[in-house]
Amino acid sequence: MRKYQSFRVFKEKISFLIDRKALAVVVLLLFVMAGVFIFSTGTGEMKISPINVVKVFFGGGTDMEQLVVQSFRLPRIIVSLMVGIGLAVAGGILQGIIRNPLASPDILGITGGASVAVVGFLAIFSDESNALTVSIQWLPVAAFAGATIIAFLVYFLSWKNGVSPIRLVLIGIGIYSLMKALTTLMMLLGPIYQASQANIWITGTVYGSNWSNVAILVPWILVLCIAAFILARNINIQELGDDIATGVGSNVQRYRFLLLMVSTALIGGSVAFAGGIGFVGLMAPHMARRLVGSSFGALLPASALIGGILVMIADLIGRTLFSPLEIPAGVFTASIGAPYFIYLLFKTRNG
Amino acid sequence: MLLKSNVQKWCGLLFAAILLLLLMCVSIVYGYTDTTWKMAVDAFTAFDGSNEHLIIQSVRLPRALIAAAVGASLAIAGVLLQTITKNPLAAPEIFGINAGAGFAVVVTVTLFSLSNLQIFTWISFLGAAVSFILVYIIGSIGRDGLTPMKLTLAGAAMSAMFASMTQGFLVINETALEQVLFWLAGSVAGRKLETLLSVLPYLIAGWGLALLISNKLNVLSMGEDVAKGLGLKTGMLKIWSGVIIVLLSGGAVAVAGPIAFIGIVIPHLTRAVVGIDHRWVIPFSALFGGILLLIADTASRFIIMPQEVPVGVMTAVIGTPFFVYIARKGFNK
Repeated sequence: MRKYQSFRVFKEKISFLIDRKALAVVVLLLFVMAGVFIFSTGTGEMKISPINVVKVFFGGGTDMEQLVVQSFRLPRIIVSLMVGIGLAVAGGILQGIIRNPLASPDILGITGGASVAVVGFLAIFSDESNALTVSIQWLPVAAFAGATIIAFLVYFLSWKNGVSPIRLVLIGIGIYSLMKALTTLMMLLGPIYQASQANIWITGTVYGSNWSNVAILVPWILVLCIAAFILARNINIQELGDDIATGVGSNVQRYRFLLLMVSTALIGGSVAFAGGIGFVGLMAPHMARRLVGSSFGALLPASALIGGILVMIADLIGRTLFSPLEIPAGVFTASIGAPYFIYLLFKTRNG
Repeated sequence: MLLKSNVQKWCGLLFAAILLLLLMCVSIVYGYTDTTWKMAVDAFTAFDGSNEHLIIQSVRLPRALIAAAVGASLAIAGVLLQTITKNPLAAPEIFGINAGAGFAVVVTVTLFSLSNLQIFTWISFLGAAVSFILVYIIGSIGRDGLTPMKLTLAGAAMSAMFASMTQGFLVINETALEQVLFWLAGSVAGRKLETLLSVLPYLIAGWGLALLISNKLNVLSMGEDVAKGLGLKTGMLKIWSGVIIVLLSGGAVAVAGPIAFIGIVIPHLTRAVVGIDHRWVIPFSALFGGILLLIADTASRFIIMPQEVPVGVMTAVIGTPFFVYIARKGFNK
């Protein structure tokens, strides 16, 4: 039997029902995340022992260690953590409101919109010698704009006396195919140099992240995650189906729109800085579901942590395993995530 | 549902078949090299060895046949997958078939520097088959056997894994990217008739088997428990469906590379036209799949002449607006 612990604040205005087992899993994941974070910071061209890494965090360590950790490694690791969290939470929300296990940021065309924007950006703002005519700093802006425009397009095309999940997902997949086609087309028409640059972006990489990225991304993701967590109970209700959700008094359309906006903002922010990292948004929520069950109050934090861990490990492998060659993190999210996922599928044995 | 009575459906089927043939002729006659209808007829009746006749016989004819066959196969594979997984999003590309084929081809190009279309055919067939069989096995692990949910998740996971490993190879190796980019976009151009003939037996077997099991699929679509209660051997049926899917989508990807969108969209379009009876859905979607791919392929020659747009791109460009329209209108009316 599971034990639940209720938690109420503000004269029972806000209340949560906490599943003790889920709480234990989340705490465990939190430790794993911290472990990976420290290990990843210490690993690379220059090895730093975990104890020294912690020392550097608190202002100790040698100057060299401070330089390496603070200017090279930390921004990138924080960005990968945030991106993983953002994509995983967004994926979890989408799977909840669409009620389809295949729903993910990619399948609604949102990531695809960002890809088109990026490939278009590279094509439009390049001169004859393939040099960019505007600063590369604008690339995240283009990606974010692409993702948002497509999300709104999908939403409005699916609107017909409200948005039904099935229409949302079908139109999403139509737009997704179109975006993919446009991306391929632009890559083929442009010079191969551009195709290869775009390909790296589409695969997803956190290479070259800096503190100003972190300063934008961290508040963005954290605020949205808190919003998602507060809205979590509405996802639970939506999972029951539109009729029941309406029957128990939830404003289905309003919350569907809100949730969709939250996940779009999460995806937009993540792809803006890390490109189209796949798999995390799709699989992290499923992994979390196998660990903590499918109540979103526990599911969202667990999948956020799993997503963050996945992307951090993927980036760690990408920058160390084939050093000095940099492999985009997006390559490894699936390669390490899929076997673990298949193991979970095998272990729990009840689909 | 557009066509209600059986008579209407037979007429519709006939009409679609005629349209398919007509589009094949159009595909043979129109293209970058100027040819006329008369030349096309002459090329088969009174072959004189001129350039135009050669092009019609050795370039355009195989292309039209391949487009029709590949379109039909992908559409049927999509119908089967959507039925056995009970998921409207299911399609060959989501179950790792295209990703497996793509991975096999990219590995061959990078490790053995082979870039011959004929070799790609068998490599990709192999890749597609191995990856789908893997998905199937992973989906059937456990006490409860093959459940739609597990199959879907296993497919999505394997597909993501193969796709990202392909991306990894391509990021490291830029020359390979250049060689396989066109293959990865999917195309029916530049394939020889022999390529089609070598996989045609598998495709025909797939089409025939799909028609044979169509009435059983109707039972299955009522739900696993009901189907079992009615005496259907659901396990057997799923295995047969799996075999057919491998034959059809493996063969298609072997000839034309990964062409997305047809497998997912055509089944929905077809159901909007003829309803949910698989005995009709399967033949209709085969014809519709062929028609869409033929239109896309013919159009792809004219967009950026003298270059060609990959047909995988065109299917999405043509199909999406149509699909969005149907999705808005509602599938069940």
